Amino acid sequence: MKEGTVTKDAIASRHPRSPEALLALLHDLQTANAGNYLTPDDLALAASHVGLPLSAVRDAATFYSMFSLRPRGRHIVRLCESPNCHLAGAWSALDELRRVLGVDIGETTPDGQFTLELTSCLGACGVAPVMMVDDEVVGNLTPTRVRETLGRYRGER
Amino acid sequence: MSLARAHVLVGVDDEARLAGVEEVLAALRAAIADLGLEGEVQVVETGSLGISGRGVVLAVQPDGVYYAGVTPADARPIAEEHLLKGRPVARLRLPTTAPVARPADVLGRQTRVVLANCGAINPERIEEYIATGGYEALGRAVTALSPDDVLDLVKRSGLRGRGGAGFPTGVKWSAVRTASDPERYVVCNADEGEPGTFKDRLILEGDPHRLLEAMAIAGYAVGAHVGIIYVRGEYRLSIARLERAIADAEALGVLGEHVFDTDFSFRVEVRPGAGAYVCGEETALLESLEGKRGWPRIRPPYPVTYGLWGKPTVVNNVETLANVPDIIRRGPAWYRTLGTPGCPGTKVYTILGNVRYPGLVEVEMGTTLRTLIYELGGGLLPGRTLHGVLIGGAAGAFLPPRELDVRLDFDALAERAAALGSGAVLVLDESACMVDMLSSVLRFFRHESCGQCAPCRSGTDVLVRLVTSLQAGTADAGTLDQMVRIVDAMRAASLCPLGQSVALPVRSALAGFREEFDAHLTGAACPRCQATVHARGSH
Repeated sequence: MKEGTVTKDAIASRHPRSPEALLALLHDLQTANAGNYLTPDDLALAASHVGLPLSAVRDAATFYSMFSLRPRGRHIVRLCESPNCHLAGAWSALDELRRVLGVDIGETTPDGQFTLELTSCLGACGVAPVMMVDDEVVGNLTPTRVRETLGRYRGER
Repeated sequence: MSLARAHVLVGVDDEARLAGVEEVLAALRAAIADLGLEGEVQVVETGSLGISGRGVVLAVQPDGVYYAGVTPADARPIAEEHLLKGRPVARLRLPTTAPVARPADVLGRQTRVVLANCGAINPERIEEYIATGGYEALGRAVTALSPDDVLDLVKRSGLRGRGGAGFPTGVKWSAVRTASDPERYVVCNADEGEPGTFKDRLILEGDPHRLLEAMAIAGYAVGAHVGIIYVRGEYRLSIARLERAIADAEALGVLGEHVFDTDFSFRVEVRPGAGAYVCGEETALLESLEGKRGWPRIRPPYPVTYGLWGKPTVVNNVETLANVPDIIRRGPAWYRTLGTPGCPGTKVYTILGNVRYPGLVEVEMGTTLRTLIYELGGGLLPGRTLHGVLIGGAAGAFLPPRELDVRLDFDALAERAAALGSGAVLVLDESACMVDMLSSVLRFFRHESCGQCAPCRSGTDVLVRLVTSLQAGTADAGTLDQMVRIVDAMRAASLCPLGQSVALPVRSALAGFREEFDAHLTGAACPRCQATVHARGSH
């Protein structure tokens, strides 16, 4: 825990002590947590670092879809549901994601490996339907491609 | 840049990475080395070549030959047959819309200003940008022109904001220049989120220095010393390339303290967003930059007088700014030779959906939708017929085939002009159901409504319920009229353009495809809608 605190302070020190740095700092703090979420301590640290009240930091953190205040899986699977991907068959990819992961939208697999989310357009419409797994864009989704991709991430544990 | 007989330009972006571009690059370099061609052929990693959905795409210049769907196994044949023996590999060739040496390969005419360097230079090398005339405009501005001269050039060019409203850029800059507060900012809106568009991403990835140069010119013209680029948090490659470009430009003295050894200083910062479509609205973006939730402000006051931290602020879209260096360098008279008298210049589009050649194109303002789809996009897939087009993404308009000859510029589109900004052109063939597409659009708005004002928060929710009842076959005769009344109320009473713009897709869909909506009220069940309702479950 102590080690964690030191690391978090080091993360904060890379950002200016100004409210402008808040979102970038929250991104970094969230990524440093295994559960891909922001802890109450993270919010308090961010508040004191950028000089905003804790309530204001919480207000911002709950607004943006890339942040979570609840623990999520090790990998975040975000399927695009925008018109382009819809036209290209995003819903059949969703069926497969639900089937393989055994969870519904917004839920985390019991082994803590994956959280399934929906997202707005990812700007990779040329290869619709598209999902992102963590930072990787995976497109031209078919049920087979969904299975292969998840299998690859499972193997990485 | 060393001199080489041929350049192999390889588009490296998320799409290409997905298709295994790293392996292709390695195989290509190995094959070239094997054949002893390193001295004469140079492999250049560049931004997207503007061709989507075709895997790894590369171009061999000066031959103007494009290859698509390239795998590592193809590297050797390309190197041996084409680069060594001069015989292009026919099975991998792609007819292209991009400017090439041989007119036979051209499907339609593009005019590239904003995208001139995308897919042509290495975006991670400032020298290559400079070699194409980059930073010349900034150098000239700060050493030979007064800020008023620069403003005058931009005004006379007739450049209008590409974000959607089409507001004259020179007028916006003048308002900031004449503001009383001396502390001013230049903000670039790179929070691209309109469904079906990724043009800004490809500009940021393919030619980041163009944007930096433009922001510095804007800063000089309005008297600002700080520029901030607000980029979508998901655009990791864009952020990395911008940061690299800023460091390189500062090292060369074309950004930072004493730009071109003058008294003018200009610093640029990159700020990531965190997933909120509404932050593409300029006042929401400013709130987000201040570390707050992205709730739009009540306007007036406008950002030109009360922007970031309450200071006068220029907020321009990526594509708008990307026009500026050429306007300064080549002059307003040249710029006005492009496009229409009321809307000079070019426009970048992403053509997607049921079309043969999806991708990114840049054409003159006023080009018709028909030209875009049938010439640049290669038309529909064989055997398919056009059902309709969604232009402008979710906040866009559904157009029936009878409107294909509408000129695409801010004047001809009139009340639908907001749809022009994002440049998204989604082509729908007969397999698409317009009710189903509209339901996807309305779900998008429900998800992205920021929740600040009631008309939008409640309106989007009720609209989703109504359109879902249409899809499920449980709607009644009053449903369509109710949808229209709701969007009209939202247009009148919503705080920001997000809520106001929902009227555009709903009204245009009903105007262009009324029979299809009526059929969902009375006719047999629609299989497409049923499949969607089933797949969504409770979501």
